[in-house]
Formats: sequence, C-alpha cells, structure tokens
Amino acid sequence: MRLLTHNMLASNVRGVTSGYPLKLEATNWCTKDVDLNADFIRGLLPKIDWRALVAATRALNLPELLPEEQPSEDEIFAEGAVNVEGSAIRRIHHALLEIHVQQGALICPESGRSFPIEKGIPNMMLHEDEV
Amino acid sequence: MWYLCVFYHRLLDYRRPEVESLAELFGGPGAGDAVEWRMPENHHEDSPFHFVRLPGDERFAAQVANRSLLVKGIYELWGHGTTYEELEKSVMEYPDERKLPYLTPESTFKIVVDTFGKVMSSQEQNEIMKSLTYIPFKGRVNLKKPEHKFFVIETDDYGSNNGLPPVMKRTIFFGREVGAADRHLLPMYQLKSRKYIGPTAMDAEMAFLMANQGLARPGKLVYDPFVGTGSILVAAAHFGAMTMGADIDIRVVRDGRGPDCNVWSNFEQVLAIRWLVGVGFLDLLLIFDAIICDPPYGVRAGGRKSVLRGEDGSSNTQFPEHPCFKLIYSCEQILSFRYSRVLLTMVKVAPYTEEIKKMAEEQHRDFRENHQKWLDEGNLHSAVFSPAEPAPDGKSKFDRDSKPKYRGKYV
Repeated sequence: MRLLTHNMLASNVRGVTSGYPLKLEATNWCTKDVDLNADFIRGLLPKIDWRALVAATRALNLPELLPEEQPSEDEIFAEGAVNVEGSAIRRIHHALLEIHVQQGALICPESGRSFPIEKGIPNMMLHEDEV
Repeated sequence: MWYLCVFYHRLLDYRRPEVESLAELFGGPGAGDAVEWRMPENHHEDSPFHFVRLPGDERFAAQVANRSLLVKGIYELWGHGTTYEELEKSVMEYPDERKLPYLTPESTFKIVVDTFGKVMSSQEQNEIMKSLTYIPFKGRVNLKKPEHKFFVIETDDYGSNNGLPPVMKRTIFFGREVGAADRHLLPMYQLKSRKYIGPTAMDAEMAFLMANQGLARPGKLVYDPFVGTGSILVAAAHFGAMTMGADIDIRVVRDGRGPDCNVWSNFEQVLAIRWLVGVGFLDLLLIFDAIICDPPYGVRAGGRKSVLRGEDGSSNTQFPEHPCFKLIYSCEQILSFRYSRVLLTMVKVAPYTEEIKKMAEEQHRDFRENHQKWLDEGNLHSAVFSPAEPAPDGKSKFDRDSKPKYRGKYV
C-alpha cells in the first residue's frame, strides 16, 4: 500500500463522522523505485491532504522526509528541481509513490477499528454490523 | 484536414468513438468534438471506409491512428473512383505540390494493393501496381521499412459475402498512409499468455479500447473499482497512466494464485510499467482522472445474461445515469445471438455535492433493504435462465437455410 493510497482512505464505519485520516501502523515496509513524472505530481498535489501524508511518514519513522508545512508550488516545481537530490518534488514523489507498506494496519481515529494490511493490500471490508 | 480512414471491420460501434476520444486525448478539450465524418458515395455507415476530418496537422492524425486499435489506416487521399480510369483521372487532378514531395528520388516507398470484400491474386495486384504509370515514383522500393507507403484499396459489391448492405458500385481509393493501428500490441498482451487471469479478465483488445475511451496517458491516475486480475489496468498502464484498483474479493487482489501468479506478476510480465496500487473494497476521497471498469453483470461469472435482445435484434435498455455525468458514447458489442454488452463513456460535468451524496446514501440503503424482495417479485432468476423462445414462424433461429442476411454488428 502506497502513501498515495493511504491519503485517499477513510473509515466508513456506521456512526463515524470523522474517519479520516486513518492512523498508519506498519510492521513491514520497503521502498521501490518509480520514475518521477512531474506532471503527475502537479496534477495530484491539489488533491493530496498534506497533513495526512506527513503524519503517515512520521508513523514510518521518517520525520526528516517531509516538512510540516506544504512547500510552495514554486519551490516544488522549480526549474530543474527533479534532478536535484533531496529537492521537494523528489521527496514528495518518494513519499507518495516509492514507499510500500507490506504489513500493518490502518486505525480509524474515531472508533479505533483496525483495517489490516497484508501483502501490501489493505482490507477495508466492513462487517455486516458496521455498515 | 480530410483523410480516408479505413477501419478494421469489427466492433463497429467502437470505431468512431475511439478516433474522437484519441483526438481529444492528443488535441486537448474540444478536439474530439471538432472531428467530422462523411461517408464515400453509396457507402453505408457500417462500411469500413470513412472520410474523417481531423484538427491539426498530419503528425496529429498519425498520433491518433497509431494509438488506436481499430484504424487499419489513415490515408491522405490522392484520388478515388469507380473504375481504374476514374482513379487515374482523380489522381492526376490532385495537386502536384501535395504529391511530388513524397515521390522524390532520395525517398523509399512501397505500394500495397488491398481489397475489401474480395480476394485478389498477386498477379492481379501486380497488374494494378504496373498500371500506376501516371504517378512519377522516383524513389527506391523498400518493402521492409519504406518512408512512404502508398495504398490502392479496392472494394466491390460485397453484399452477401461480408454481410453488409450492398454497395452500389465498386470503389477504388489511392492514398498515402499517414498512420495505422499497432495491432502488434494484441499478441503481446493477449490473455492466453498472461500469468494471472480469471473468468472475467477483459480481453486485450477491449481493454485497450476502454483505456483509449478513458484517455489514459502518462500523468493520469486511473481507477478500477472491480479490478479482479487487473486486465483493464494493465492496458491503461501500457499507455503510461498510473493505475489503482480495488475489489470486493480481497483474495483475488492480495493473494492471487500464489507468489508468482498474481496481479503484480501481470504487471511485471508486461514490462512492469506502472505499479498497481491495490486495495480491498473501500471508501475513497480523491478524484481520479478516469474510472475504467467492467462492473458485475448481475449474474455470477459463468452465468449467461447481460442484456436481453429483442427478436428484431434491438435492445431496449435503460443505461445507468448519474447527475454528475453526461453520457457521450454507448458502444454495443454483440457477444452471442442473445446477448450483448455495452461500453458507456461518460464525462463528469457537475461537482459532487452534499445533496447528491445524501441521495446516493439513500439509494444504497433502499437497495440494501429491498433488493432481495425485488429479486423474488420480479422472478429475476428464471427470467435470466429460461431457455430461448422459438421464432414465431416456427423455424429455429439457427436454421442455416435462411438467406444470408445483413449482419450489421454481428461482424
């Protein structure tokens, strides 16, 4: 499960009003290279919840990866930034697409319900009584 | 600019929508609407020969054709007629400044003689090539990788052979190929060689057509909420999109049939282009660029019905609707004598409001509480699985003595 996916997921348990963002607990995660596409990041950025993304990286013990505040568009899409190691766009790309949580869980912030992640796939299926 | 567009003679409903969607993809918003169509004289709309006007230049037309699956060729038409004499006259009248740049001594070329609805021996083809003395081909022939490909395409009165309404007269076209579909994709991606498939895996050709309707390309995010074995997303990923999938059955996505036989192996197998971001059944907040999917048909895989077709071959269906979406194409694919399925292309035209969300929640609740009752009342099960009715004249529908009929979309 990539952090891009985590950024989209919410708990829809009956009665829960603020089931987002889900708290991430990872017992096993890895990184895999993905080609950076600046247009893709550009299209995605307005749709991403920055706080949730940062919280997820902190949950993985990567406090240095992303700043608390979202960098400005100018900084992220600066000319040539894609080639600069450690630039904002590369960190964002790395956080969203290159981290894979293989085992762990996503916890609903309101109800505490745990959604397991196994073999990289989160199971968001609700039981009959939760719908 | 106007071109001759020759389609592969299959999936008739899908042909023009594919070209228009690809025009939109490469040309930007509005480019799809700018595409115009005309039929050659006496040709029925089901004919593979269309005249198309595409915005932009020849390179644009080539992009559209090369990415398509159903365009056999897009040609700059140098002439056409009902006889070879008429063809000659027509080609002679076509301006030199459009022809001469492609006939220079430094260039390489080949001539293809193609037919539709008839078979022509190689001897006849050679005769035709030799008769083109009125075109000053100065370049060298290169059959393997010519710079320019010229086509003579002849089509005749094929009424009973290909199952099309008969064309009044024979037509012969001469054109210079600008672009054509890359059908080599199909054997590369065919399901037969795929590592992991299930009974509902979408065949490669249809998956690519769907990806084209969904405008999949690099920088876009495509979602399939019924991902299964990922066959649709593989096609979208081939065109450079980032893909994501979900399924109500987590085992199909998470486990597959083992560590070397799962959705990930499918992506690796076809060059691990864009990683699948897989999930179980879920509630999403993000907006995707496209949702491309093959929803359940209402019977389990292996069941038999999608749309009940009437006796005259027509189908009377109500398509799904949504206040946020506008239906722009519906393409029917005939699967068998009784059943067909439809690919719907819809565009988002209005924002998703709280009001719409509440309406949707009510509908879901309504369905959850009442669907068993509706199933029982409507006797849906037997409606689906009852045997076919015999035709009113007593003859079985499979009577082979009946005269060859216009086959329309059966092709």
